[in-house]
This record gives sequence, C-alpha cells and structure tokens, in this order.
Amino acid sequence: MIEELATTDAGEMVVNVGPQHPSTHGVLHLVITLRGETIRKVEPHLGYIHRSIEKMCESLSYRQFIYVTSRMDYLSSHINNHACALCVEKGLQVELPARAKVIRVLMDELTRLASHQLWWGAMAMDVGALTPFFHAFREREAINDIMEETCGARLTMNYMVPGGVMADLHPNFQKRVKDFIHLFRSKIDEYDELVTGNVIFRSRMEGVGRLSAADAISYGCTGPTARGSGVRCDIRKLAPYEIYDQLQFEEPLETGGDCFARYLVRMREMRQSLSIIEQLIDNIPQGDFQAKTKAVLKLPKGEFYSRVETARGEFGVYIISEGGMTPYRIKFRSPGFSNLSALDHMARGYKIGDLVAIMGTLDLVIPDIDR
Amino acid sequence: MDVTHQDQAPASFPGGVHPTAGGGILVTKLDEVINWARSNSLWPLVFGTSCCAIEMMSTASAKYDWSRFGFEVARATPRQADVIIIAGTIVNKMAPVLKRLYDQMADPKYVIAMGACATSGGPFFYNTYSVVKGADHVIPVDVYIAGCPPRPEALLHALITLQEKIRSGATREQVRVEKP
Repeated sequence: MIEELATTDAGEMVVNVGPQHPSTHGVLHLVITLRGETIRKVEPHLGYIHRSIEKMCESLSYRQFIYVTSRMDYLSSHINNHACALCVEKGLQVELPARAKVIRVLMDELTRLASHQLWWGAMAMDVGALTPFFHAFREREAINDIMEETCGARLTMNYMVPGGVMADLHPNFQKRVKDFIHLFRSKIDEYDELVTGNVIFRSRMEGVGRLSAADAISYGCTGPTARGSGVRCDIRKLAPYEIYDQLQFEEPLETGGDCFARYLVRMREMRQSLSIIEQLIDNIPQGDFQAKTKAVLKLPKGEFYSRVETARGEFGVYIISEGGMTPYRIKFRSPGFSNLSALDHMARGYKIGDLVAIMGTLDLVIPDIDR
Repeated sequence: MDVTHQDQAPASFPGGVHPTAGGGILVTKLDEVINWARSNSLWPLVFGTSCCAIEMMSTASAKYDWSRFGFEVARATPRQADVIIIAGTIVNKMAPVLKRLYDQMADPKYVIAMGACATSGGPFFYNTYSVVKGADHVIPVDVYIAGCPPRPEALLHALITLQEKIRSGATREQVRVEKP
C-alpha cells in the first residue's frame, strides 16, 4: 500500500485521495503529487468496484445480461439497457414497432434529466453549496415516481428488452410527465438563479481545468466533457438511433473548455431533453410495445456493435457471438473511463482545491469506469 | 418498584417520573439511558460504493429526510461516525479498505448492510471472480436490508430497527460486553 503522506526527492508531496472520500463520488483512488498547493500529477487507481461484469455476461443469455448493465452506470440505467437491446436487435435483425421506439426515447430523456439533476446537486455540493443538493433531489423524486409507476423500480429499471420494452406505459404516464415538465420548466430557471450566476461559484469554475478540443479528441473524451471544449460528438446527431433523426433538438456546444463550459453544456442539455419530451409526449403512436421475438434468443455468428449517448457520453456495446445462446465475449465502451483519463492533463498546474471542481464537472460514476 | 407514570417523560424514554410533594423524581437505569441517548443520535459514515449510494442520498434529501430520526450528521471520516451503512458491492480490492475504516471507527459502532450486494453478493453472486459474497465476510453486520437497490423507506426501516436494537441492548457490541 502506498504511504499516506510521502515526500519525493524533488521536494514534492504525495497525497492520497480516496478510496473513501466524499468528493470522488464513489471509490476512486487518486494519488496526487503536489508542489506546495499546485498539482504536478494525478494518478487514478481503479478496481475498487470492479465487479467482473463483462466476464459475468459471457455466462448469461441475451435476455439476462441486460439487467446487469443497469448496475454499471446506474444513473443512466435506461440508456445502458437501450444500447444492449439495440446490439442484440442488430444481431437478430428485428424491426421495432413505432410505439416501442418512442417509449424508449422518452425514457432515455427522462433518465438523462434525472442524471443531470443529480450531477448538478452533487457538483454544487462538491464546491461547497449544500442547498442545491436538496433542490435537485426534490425534482428528481418526481422522475423516480414516473419510473416506478411504469417500470416498477426507481433506479435500476431493466425496462428495455430485445424487441422493445418490457411493459406498456402506465395510464397515468402522459399526465404525470406533463406535470413534471410544467414543474421543471420553472425549477430549471431557479437552478440558474441559485447557482449559475453566483459570483463565488463562477470564480471556482471559470478558467479552471482547461481542456482543448485537440486534447479532448486525443483522450477520447465524449459527452458534455468534450462538448464543453467545442467537439461535436453527440451520438444522437452523428449516428441517430431510434427516432432521434426525426426530432428537433440542438447539440449544445461551448468553446471555453473549462469547468464552467462543461457546466453550461449540461444545463443546456437539460432544456434540450425537456423539449424532446415535449415533442413526443402527445405523439406516442398506438400499437405494440414489443416486437415478436423467440423465447430463446440466438445471435448469428459474428460481431455486433451499437452505441448510444448516455448522460456522460458515448456508451458502446460490442458483442462477439459464436452462434450460441450466450455471447462469446462482451466489451463495454464506457464514457467515464475515457473522461477520467483526461483528468491528469486537466488538473496539472491548478491548485488542489480545483481538483474537486474538475472532478465534479467530469460527472464520474465509478462502477461505470470499473465495471 | 412501580414505574408506570410514563406520561410525563418522552414515550421512548426508559423510565418514569414519580410525583412527590416537592416535584417529580426520575427513576431509571443508567445503562438504559445511555442506550436511549446513543440510539437517538447515530452519525452515519458516508460510505457508498455503487447504486445503493444514490438511494442513500435520496433518503438523506428532502422527501424522505432521515434527519427526522437523528441521522442527518453524515460524516466523511470514520473517526466521527457511529454507524457504517455499506451501500453497494464490496469487491476483493475494497475489502481491506472497509476493514480499515471499521477499525478506525470509535466504539460503540454499528453496521448496516444495505442492499443485496452487501448482504450476499446479490446479482453478482454467480460467475464473478472479484466480488465479496456479503460484507459480513469482512466485518460483523447488525442489520441487513433486502432489495436491489432498497427503497428509501427500507433504509429508514433499517435505521429504526437499529435504534430499537440499541435500546433493547441486542446489538453485537452490547451482547459481546455482557458475555463472561
């Protein structure tokens, strides 16, 4: 085990943050080399929540393995399930009913909203403001209630299945979503009033943790982290799945590359998600919510890849099939892992207090990184 | 001794007040008062490894609000905490860290295993090479909660159960002390 506090020959101090630390949002271990208060190097150590999910999936059938993926990026569990279902459908060559597609997109966007709400509260808490945490969770409970009514669970829903969704929408769904949109439209302005314009908050955020567009691309950053540096990378725009190509929404881009730019991207994404839900909620087509599939799914021999945009960036599922009932190998491409790899580059030269702000705007979910 | 006049003391208070001419005399046992006081101000350690941590945060926030039962002072350091809520999976690499955190906590200390993973390995019981099949392989547990993840109400129920256990002197710590 690394010494808790050590001094190198060059007069630099080595400090351990984590694995038990409130600002790492889980069990991430960072070994930070400091000169005075200035960060010279940040070295993330992973594996404290490595649950061998990829290996597990090799022994589970194509219907079963999807439920484990809810536990990876648990804040985007619908979207993780969605990517897996898409990949299996690609192998089976199933065409989805229109209703299933719309339900999936609605659920994805609600999940994205819930995830960004939690990020907003947790990040404000990281930089020292406790009140936003309670505001964010108040609105998040409304989404949890909607999810619970239709999917039966609050957090790990397992609602997407190969061929559609598991059950039809609850009769109250439309009304409750409309109520939520009405509520959240005013609350998101309150979020802006409370935090975005705050002088102390902006001085913690602006000019901190700069990431250039070229670096964002070379580190493989995706999602709001890369869009804060001006890189177009929204999978919903670049490689539209389901019905995203028929929807009117824009990809928020900021060019600052600092923490505040990443913050603004996520705030604007919340408004975009709201507008997507508004476009769809009155236009849910009638029909089946699930395509007809066989009871036992067998993918043909070959390799299949699908990718979706989670709340953190590009999530990819890569299945190698030998033609059997279980996959031969599954690889997940998680957005958090690539975004974390840029942390060292972003944090160098800034003060140790800024590290918490930088990590907050990366929106890390550690089980998504370790899997 | 007749200890029936409980209407003047809090309902959960172990003891009673005897009215006399000059006022009341409080009659109780020291052990029970200590247990009663301890059960009403338990400070949890912020220890979330995975999904259950989100439900723990929900329990802490406005709608469920565990401060109604005296749990709101969540501490980030084990040296100031009384109860460790294991919210999430414990894997082999994390197990020594959990043991160390538990050792750093001051007595008396209590443990709640939240969710299927901390109870038994849960969904990660079969076909995995890295998951500890239940946190009780590493540290002793007082209260288990079922669910993946458990609802906030389930966590609140576990917290209340722990309080009752402490009051009745049935936690692992208290039982161990009374053994010869």
